[in-house]
Amino acid sequence: MEVKQPATDQFYQPREKQYTYLNLGPTHPATHGIFQNVLKMDGEIIVEATPTIGYIHRAFEKLAERRPFYQITPITDRMNYCSAPINNFGWHMTVEKLLGVEIPKRVQYLRVIIMELARITDHLVCNAVIGVDTGALTGFVYMFQQRELVYEIYEEICGARLTSNIGRIGGFEREWSPKTWEKIHRFLKEFPLVLKEFEDLLNRNRIFMDRTIGCGGITAERALNYSFSGVNLRAAGVDYDVRVAKPYSSYEDFEFVIPVGKNGDVYDRFMVRQEEMWQSLSIIRQAIEKMPEGPFHAKVPDFYLPPKEEVYNNMEALIYHFKIVMGETDIPKGEVYHCVEGGNGELGFYLISDGGRTPFRLHMRRPCFIYYQAYPEMIKGSMLSDAILTMSSMNVIAGELDA
Amino acid sequence: MELEDQEKIIETIQAKFEGEILRTEMLYDFLTITLKQEKIIEVITHLYHHPDTKFQYLTTLFAVHYPDQNQIGMVYQLHNLVTNLRIRLKIYLPIENPTVPTLTGLFAAANWMERETYDFFGVLFEGHPNLKRILNVEDMIIFPLRKEYPLEDQVREDKNDLMFGR
Repeated sequence: MEVKQPATDQFYQPREKQYTYLNLGPTHPATHGIFQNVLKMDGEIIVEATPTIGYIHRAFEKLAERRPFYQITPITDRMNYCSAPINNFGWHMTVEKLLGVEIPKRVQYLRVIIMELARITDHLVCNAVIGVDTGALTGFVYMFQQRELVYEIYEEICGARLTSNIGRIGGFEREWSPKTWEKIHRFLKEFPLVLKEFEDLLNRNRIFMDRTIGCGGITAERALNYSFSGVNLRAAGVDYDVRVAKPYSSYEDFEFVIPVGKNGDVYDRFMVRQEEMWQSLSIIRQAIEKMPEGPFHAKVPDFYLPPKEEVYNNMEALIYHFKIVMGETDIPKGEVYHCVEGGNGELGFYLISDGGRTPFRLHMRRPCFIYYQAYPEMIKGSMLSDAILTMSSMNVIAGELDA
Repeated sequence: MELEDQEKIIETIQAKFEGEILRTEMLYDFLTITLKQEKIIEVITHLYHHPDTKFQYLTTLFAVHYPDQNQIGMVYQLHNLVTNLRIRLKIYLPIENPTVPTLTGLFAAANWMERETYDFFGVLFEGHPNLKRILNVEDMIIFPLRKEYPLEDQVREDKNDLMFGR
């Protein structure tokens, strides 16, 4: 039966629960990259999040189908640009696996040094940014000074800084100069002090702990179901690290510990990264100590561009140079999957070669793309400011996410 | 991978799904099992729960277009983190009707991977909660990673590609 409302209440309508829709992104200074999330908000609580990705999609997998192997290395730079050398070496190792090339021990150790430096820069950026998002800008500035030192090392080796394109298929293009070693030793001397200072600033900081503990957590079961890898998985308590599970580039020669967290929240991710930086420093020291003598590249004349003096004075070198540049080298047919522990997870390359000059198909397992889909679940029921913090602590890199 | 581990995995599949396996091979260090397309999700679910295999981590999932065979290959890579064994399962779908049931019921991670595969290859995942394009623009009408879509304009006349690759 219809109840007739009194005349005085004719404008009254029973209030329904109303939600606000907030468009966070695509270019928002707090999201560190191009991420869009449409948030359904109840006051300041997030009820639902709908991420949109693909704003900087550059069709890497398609591009790779028309490029010779050595031209794909610069593409990999642009995925996780905070640790580009790991991507480069991951790709080189994939091709080397396909070709069945044996890599000299020295090259493997040199690669380990660079990869661990890259891991340090990746974690350093991420942790410094967690500091910024919680309001601690000081640590960020100190840490970025140290990143500069690492970039100078890259510069000394390959001439580039951010998108490094470091090394070649088979090794490095030249022997490392004494200046490089000097810079590495300088970094090894200076960085631990700054890292210690950074830890003193945040690790047991009451404000920081209150802000980050219990924020953006995920259980180990959900993390595994979402195929998390890297720091995010380890922070949830699963000790999976590709460097140990399937050692590549002689990681089995080094002693190191895989730190794991417990709750998978922002604080655990922060602490796991922090400890991994110490471990990386220790790996670099071990690699320098054990550094074997030998050539700086493998003997693969079919893929490794000969030095220019050789090209001008030696017929074989000229032929190889021509063959490589023109894409005349024979490449075995096959399918190969190789994965490395990237800055933020298991970075895999699935290469199908049909014997042609370019890959028939190259699929990249990009860790960001896979774990970012858990983001709506992780921020559900939390506040807007926690969502920002969760995103920066997950180390989502737009370049890798969108490929 | 040890031979007995391989045999154990293959036996686990054979025991329940007689005649589903078309081919098994070792591609480099990876055990690759090619299956018939119909029961792929049942096989993965069986491998997920069976105590001998317990492949409970989906490493990756993607498609490959084979224009000569008029087929789209689907590749699933599974990982058991405890025993550290990995396998790769493959199925081939006809290009006219590339349909396969979704894996999202088992792995939450399959959601975006399947959307990406749909986006680039047009593989339809039956039962997927939100099968939309993910990286490309929504009004795109082609599936760009298929081989019939060349990267560059193939009728360009100002560039002679005779000397350089395909």
